[in-house]
Amino acid sequence: MTVTITVNGADHALDVDPATPLLYVLRDDLELNGAKYGCGLGQCGACTVHIDGKPAFSCLTPVGAVAGRRIRTVEGLGSTQAPGLLQQAFETEQAAQCGYCIAGMLMRAQALLDRNPDPDEAQIRAHMQTNLCRCGTHMRILRAIRRAVAMHKGIQAAQEVRP
Amino acid sequence: MKRIRWTGWLTGGALVCFVGVGAFLGIAHRSSLPAITPPKAADFPAEMLSRGAALAAIGDCIVCHTADGGVAYAGGRALATPFGTLYSTNITPDPETGIGNWSKEAFKRAMRDGVSRDGRHLYPALPYDHYRQVHDGDLDAIYAFLMTRPAASAPAKANELIFPLGFRPLLAGWKLLFLHQEEFTPRPDRDAEWNRGAYLAEGLGHCSGCHSPRNIAGAEKTGSDAYSGGVAEGWVAPALNGSGPAAVPWTSDSLFTYLRTGVDGRHGAAAGPMGPVVHGLSRAPEADVHAIATYIASLSADRVPKAPGAADRVAEAARTNPAGASLFAGACAGCHEGGAPMMTQGRPGLSTVTALQLDRPDNAIRAILQGIHAPTGPAGPAMPPFAASLTDAQVADLAAYLRSRFSERPAWTALETAAATVRKEESQP
Repeated sequence: MTVTITVNGADHALDVDPATPLLYVLRDDLELNGAKYGCGLGQCGACTVHIDGKPAFSCLTPVGAVAGRRIRTVEGLGSTQAPGLLQQAFETEQAAQCGYCIAGMLMRAQALLDRNPDPDEAQIRAHMQTNLCRCGTHMRILRAIRRAVAMHKGIQAAQEVRP
Repeated sequence: MKRIRWTGWLTGGALVCFVGVGAFLGIAHRSSLPAITPPKAADFPAEMLSRGAALAAIGDCIVCHTADGGVAYAGGRALATPFGTLYSTNITPDPETGIGNWSKEAFKRAMRDGVSRDGRHLYPALPYDHYRQVHDGDLDAIYAFLMTRPAASAPAKANELIFPLGFRPLLAGWKLLFLHQEEFTPRPDRDAEWNRGAYLAEGLGHCSGCHSPRNIAGAEKTGSDAYSGGVAEGWVAPALNGSGPAAVPWTSDSLFTYLRTGVDGRHGAAAGPMGPVVHGLSRAPEADVHAIATYIASLSADRVPKAPGAADRVAEAARTNPAGASLFAGACAGCHEGGAPMMTQGRPGLSTVTALQLDRPDNAIRAILQGIHAPTGPAGPAMPPFAASLTDAQVADLAAYLRSRFSERPAWTALETAAATVRKEESQP
């Protein structure tokens, strides 16, 4: 069966069982290896991607359920050469230790910033609650998100100053 | 002459109305009780405070009286009712915005008669129809417990009720009709454990507040309707009198496991508003939870169980709902299919989960869209939400598949509308 999905703006027609988890399709068929398999139970968040702008566990999302919907993965935030703002903030704060959870953390945090560019600490913590880091770098991750918020405000301020 | 007679009638009518309204306001009027200086922790014996803590946990005070992410007992939680939205009030000992200057007598009057210290009638969202059944000494202990919590300043939010229910003296009429409960008296033909359970479940626990249907005035139906099932925050609160559709009959042991741990292997996990109830009971004295389970089990003891047993019609369900079968395989099977890691930990199989046997699909749809939050901490039952990954049509396909595979009961209808309704609620702030 052919399923067509839209990932980071590009359409992909795939010959795949619609029950296949989206995560497997992203990694095995599209070679987008950012999203990780953590628990496979929707309990850790390492596989988080955006579906129509909302964070979702791709390990528990049948690919047939997302045909025709907008999927965004960590590869859609920026590249090694041109990292996105949130990715820059994670790098500056050295938020990753082993890095396994980070793609999920980035996508989870990005969904919040897309909706609310200036979240307070309580909102950040409540939103990030579903994603786990086994290295225990949660404090650095939270710092990176706060840095991204500040960077975003700085850019906005600079743009406002410009004539 | 005719004119005079009319005037006479009008005057007489006005007089009757005036006397009627006056008499009503007379009944409705409750006096203000004097403000006191807030008591200190040292005023209460330690034994009383720990007993108060356990009783408050069974009464679940904290659930309604704490806003999401708010200070414990400081109120502000929105309570949606058929009559509008009520906001719970601050029951920390803050003298200005809480109950800091309430005497023990004022507290007990509120718990029994639904009257604030200042004499205003309180809405029966505070289940004083249950609390008036509680023994005096237990109310004293809860008072001691609340008065020794950290004080928080949190003014009451204005309720948003349909006209004319904002006029509190009307509540006196409600009370005349529905507030007749008396202090609990043990039944001599039952043992001490049953009586303890009945006392806790009917009084502080106010189980029937959700598990009994309510009449048009929002009062619980009693008699043969008691415990025949109700609704709480959009979730179906299943019948506890044995008329419910559980695939396997409840026993006092399975009720204890469910109430203590949030999950029973043959009925399901506590979800929605039952989550916080279990959270409280997981910390209450074990003997009290056993007693409640004994009492609740006795409510259905007279009925011949019509439990149909477990169903799993996998082939037929896949044939009639292929789209749902595919969604189940991709989204659910990793935890819920036989042999999945979760199923080796004693989690309930879907063929005995009560949510899939109920007449209404609401609980199943809510669990799918919102997930289940572990009520007892990290080791409790949890399920991720699927609102972001599944559309309403997909939730409908999935629910139809689940029903046809795991239940012998009639198919659910209007599933997509039901999913849309729940999702709309969720998206509100």
